[in-house]
Amino acid sequence: MPLAKIWVFVEIAGGKPAPVALELLTKARSLAPTVEAVAFAPEAAEAAAELGAHGATTLYAGTDPLWADLLLGGPAADALAALIKEHTPDLVLFGMTYNSRDVAGRLAAKLGVPVIANGLDLSGEDGVTVQSSVFGATLNVTTRFESSGPAIAIIRPKSFPAEPSGGSPATVSPVTAPIDEKHLAARVTDRVADVAAGPKLEEAPIVISGGRGLGDPKNFELLDQLAAVLGNAAVGASRAVVDAGWVPYAMQVGQTGKTVKPAVYLAFGISGAMQHTVGMKGAKAIVAVNRDENAPIFKLADLGVVGDALKVLPALVEELQRRRS
Amino acid sequence: MKVVVCVKQIPDPNSTGQLDPQTHFLKREGVEVVMDPGDEFGVEAALQLVEKHGGEVTVVSMGPERGLDAVRKALAMGAAKGILISDEGLRGSDALTTAKVLAAAIKREGFDLVITATESTDGYTGVVPQAIAELLDVPAVTFAKSLELDGTTLKVKRQTEAGYDQVEATIPAVLSVTAGVNEPRYPSLKGIMGAKSKPLDRLTPGDLGLDGAGGGTAGQSITSVEPAPQRAAGSIVKDDGEGYKKIVEFLAEKKVI
Repeated sequence: MPLAKIWVFVEIAGGKPAPVALELLTKARSLAPTVEAVAFAPEAAEAAAELGAHGATTLYAGTDPLWADLLLGGPAADALAALIKEHTPDLVLFGMTYNSRDVAGRLAAKLGVPVIANGLDLSGEDGVTVQSSVFGATLNVTTRFESSGPAIAIIRPKSFPAEPSGGSPATVSPVTAPIDEKHLAARVTDRVADVAAGPKLEEAPIVISGGRGLGDPKNFELLDQLAAVLGNAAVGASRAVVDAGWVPYAMQVGQTGKTVKPAVYLAFGISGAMQHTVGMKGAKAIVAVNRDENAPIFKLADLGVVGDALKVLPALVEELQRRRS
Repeated sequence: MKVVVCVKQIPDPNSTGQLDPQTHFLKREGVEVVMDPGDEFGVEAALQLVEKHGGEVTVVSMGPERGLDAVRKALAMGAAKGILISDEGLRGSDALTTAKVLAAAIKREGFDLVITATESTDGYTGVVPQAIAELLDVPAVTFAKSLELDGTTLKVKRQTEAGYDQVEATIPAVLSVTAGVNEPRYPSLKGIMGAKSKPLDRLTPGDLGLDGAGGGTAGQSITSVEPAPQRAAGSIVKDDGEGYKKIVEFLAEKKVI
């Protein structure tokens, strides 16, 4: 049975939809005749034009000022469950982000339907099937939903391109049901951004990442120097060094962290644990420098240099500076 | 206070996991198993809380008999009591079934706070903590990179894409902690010896009133398992002092310089 209606859950920041929502709308358009969006944020309605331009005909928008202060998961799952009962979408799509995982996990438990996470591709030909990756993206598993409720899938960012449909702004349908008081028990009191200079990690055409092999947090300066001379480059990191407190979480590339697909990814002193490679193996080209010739990162690398990143980096920066001048 | 920590026994993450081609379940035979390294942070967080505020840590796990190793490790680290829920019918359980079983065991035990890792290292759906919270009808404070308890208020720095959110939640609640939230202790020899005499409940889903939970993968079926497409082999060179030149050539070839 072909799909009739797909919903995309949209996170909103500063009136703008999260980029993954536009990717999911683009894919949803190819699977079902009706594609709609759901968002909960005081300024959610501001996103109607951009969501409409990517294929959403309706935006169910919860705009209670409280949405700005609450942890999204509990109240959003409640509101979504009520909307789903009323409008019966066949499939609800989420991006694999911190907040959306919270919402999708609670929603699945609330509705008693399965949820498939880490999705990389979707099909609606023969029921809903989701292709996801397991074991550090070494295996692709295809799962079909068999339950009677809506299918819930959480898709990794950058699995699909975001392409405008040329659609007009989505019709805003206000979600007016009050937020249950019990959700006031968990509040966000402050939002802190670790701001990095230069292009954003997810958007930079070149990503330079460092791992344990750099030996010391201060050696990340070498990556910053390389980024500066390359221009158009952002600096990332493996989970090991983020967990060790060398650099902020916002720089983490991997399973928990950012998914990047740059033209070139350079990994310095990163062994290539599956947790990391999930987030970068979609790069068009990969360069790895590591002392250990058996490091798994070399299996992914188009160019691998077996050697000390701390020796290669300064020479590389110097050579690029020389070429530039 | 009563803190319940969820732990999972998984194939050693340093070995490559395999799914059985027939059943599509995780192959557990002939693979070294360990407590999920991510769970050590949850156990440590729980122990630090009760050391400061009083109370007791109970560790709960769902999985085959070998899951006892993970429970015993948590007991050796300092947890007071262990619960293992095992049943052949739970093999290959999805996130929702796992959450149902764990939530039922936690409810039976009673709790002020439930602590989990953010996701398992083998399955990494990362939605079990939230599903448990929904089934227990309490807030889920997820992806905590630091935490403190002030009376009944949990104050957490919660990881976000951009940085972190400062979150306050009233317990009872479910808390998921990132690796790096603390430095997990090693079990002492005394702890390991003492773990053997600590109470250990072995339960089945039936004991939790979950008969007819519908099997491990109700509502979905795996239709295929295939190796992910591999990247073509690249060129690997030893750095002889001029490795940087190879990188420059490569970048030029890719037209990014």
